[in-house]
Amino acid sequence: MLDQFFFYIFASVILLGGLLTITRRSAVHSAIFLIATLLGIAGLFLHLQAEFLAGVQVILYVGGIMVLFLFVIMLVNLDQAARQRQFNRQWWLALLAAAAVCGEALYGLYRGRGAFTFPGAVPGNMPPNTQAVGNALYQNYMLPFEVASIMLLVAMVGAVVMAKKRL
Amino acid sequence: MDLTILIISLAKIAVVLTVLFTCVAYVVWLERKVAGRIQNRWGPHRTGPFGLLQPAADFLKALFKEDFTPAQVQRPIYFLAPFLAMTLALMSIAVIPFGENVTIAGRTIFFEITDLNIGLLYIFAVTSLGVYGIALAGWSSGSKYSLMGGLRSSAQMISYELGLGFAVVGVLILSGTLSLRGIVNAQSGFWFGIIPKWYIWPQFVGFLVYLTAAFAETNRTPFDLPEAEGELVGGFHTEYSSLKFAMFFTAEYTNMITVACLATLLFFGGWMAPLPWAWVQHVPALVLLGMAALMTRTALRTYRLERRKSYFAVPGLAGIVGLIGLAFLHPVFAAVAAPMFWFASKVFVFLFLYIWVRWSVPRFRYDQLMHLGWKVLLPVAAANILITGLVVAL
Amino acid sequence: MTVPISWYLILSAVLFVMGVAGFLFKRNIITIFMSIELMLNAVNLSFVAFSYVLRQLSGQVFVFFVMVVAAAEAAVGLAIIIVVFRNRESLNVDDIELMKF
Repeated sequence: MLDQFFFYIFASVILLGGLLTITRRSAVHSAIFLIATLLGIAGLFLHLQAEFLAGVQVILYVGGIMVLFLFVIMLVNLDQAARQRQFNRQWWLALLAAAAVCGEALYGLYRGRGAFTFPGAVPGNMPPNTQAVGNALYQNYMLPFEVASIMLLVAMVGAVVMAKKRL
Repeated sequence: MDLTILIISLAKIAVVLTVLFTCVAYVVWLERKVAGRIQNRWGPHRTGPFGLLQPAADFLKALFKEDFTPAQVQRPIYFLAPFLAMTLALMSIAVIPFGENVTIAGRTIFFEITDLNIGLLYIFAVTSLGVYGIALAGWSSGSKYSLMGGLRSSAQMISYELGLGFAVVGVLILSGTLSLRGIVNAQSGFWFGIIPKWYIWPQFVGFLVYLTAAFAETNRTPFDLPEAEGELVGGFHTEYSSLKFAMFFTAEYTNMITVACLATLLFFGGWMAPLPWAWVQHVPALVLLGMAALMTRTALRTYRLERRKSYFAVPGLAGIVGLIGLAFLHPVFAAVAAPMFWFASKVFVFLFLYIWVRWSVPRFRYDQLMHLGWKVLLPVAAANILITGLVVAL
Repeated sequence: MTVPISWYLILSAVLFVMGVAGFLFKRNIITIFMSIELMLNAVNLSFVAFSYVLRQLSGQVFVFFVMVVAAAEAAVGLAIIIVVFRNRESLNVDDIELMKF
């Protein structure tokens, strides 16, 4: 009962936030609604007992990436862009493509509806998972983890090289 | 059962918030008093004895000021920002434990609102959100000073969050838990029966990095560039007045209390006494009784100088403090309250340090700030993690 | 689990479609970027839902990597946006057409 209640709350936050993200004119408003969506998803992560990921979602996405977005939006002046036409010229193509993706996803879900019960699923709670995720990252996924760190370094250097006026 | 827990939680939240707001008010008073002393003046001393009613007067002033909204602001966000700043500042207090759990009559009393197993992660999540209050306030005010302040603070808080996060990883490696209560419990005991097993000893470098980054996170001098009044008028809160300004003010001081609590919990053993229990058993009582005596003496002396009747209220206050001190002599009360006494004393020391630094150190320049954050604190913290990890592994 | 996994998957699908729509419709490059984040998060949600149902951590680890990639992508992407704005004084994708066939 309480489960469903929280799911509905978070789901409506997510959907409303997502919808407003892609429809607002002002980029700052979009960003704020995207933040609401991301927080809703963090809530669902908590609900799915992935508390470590919920924390990382808030710290990394909301506290890091979205601040970066806001930072850039404040740096570049978007007043003019907000007054212009919002949608591009190929809107009918876009509509077609989006409808196709939507239909595809829903059809896929509908066709696969029988596969959503997992015989191997055990009822009950998951163990506290910060340590478990840490162990998995450093033991089973050591190589991807290191590669990811190198990728972050490359991205950082790339961003600095591109955005800096004089090196 | 559920309802009992709910009611107890609500009561706890009410108590904690009341205490927190009182603390915030009197930290402001303390700041003004200490600043006065450092600059060789009195600080507030007209409103009530020793200016003790100054916080109330300040609050009333903020309440009755005109709530002026400039014409060029971005409306909903302009109103949202101060609420955001204050709510987020208050949220992080929820997981801070401030005393040992006690079992009385079969019911355990938890001295915190909630003990999360990702407590530290939660605090970092909330502090990382705190930047929004400031950044949005700066942007939505529609003034160049505010915008500059907002931009500066976003950059500063992102940069120093890394240092803050890295600095505590050493503690996490040593304690092996993210729960704040677990971290404090891991610091119990003494080496050679006298040196407390606090993480300040193995993690001294981490502590220095944490302290510096915490100054920057809370926008305090020497890192108060977002609100540098000499350059930016008032920074991000230039365009705010009345209660909205008071909210930013409260948020700043609440954040200060939070990072002071966190420093105490992570590096100074939280509510653990600094010496074996038997030695310092009577220290709380002695300290409080001494404080009561000092208060009475100072009040009477000041009365002789100023001849204001309000100073007679101070001995009454001193009487209450003294009574609490006497209560510490009772073993049951001491068992419950002594941990809280130690916790509060440590937090007080940190708050005093904050104020002391603010009125002693000049402000950094912006490039110096970034240089310190990225090229000094971050590598030092990373090296600290590496060495701690190596030592623990070996 | 009182909330069946199919609900999570439908939510995730709808969110993903929102991201696709935003990506294709909008002209402002920053909003397009945010739509990509929407899509990534939709996928993350279904990963975590599966991880919960199957009681396996692989899904969560994958989400962790997705977040890392998103962070890198945001850093590089926003740097590109700043460079584009500096050179063109505009962030409309319609105006950035120098390499258009």
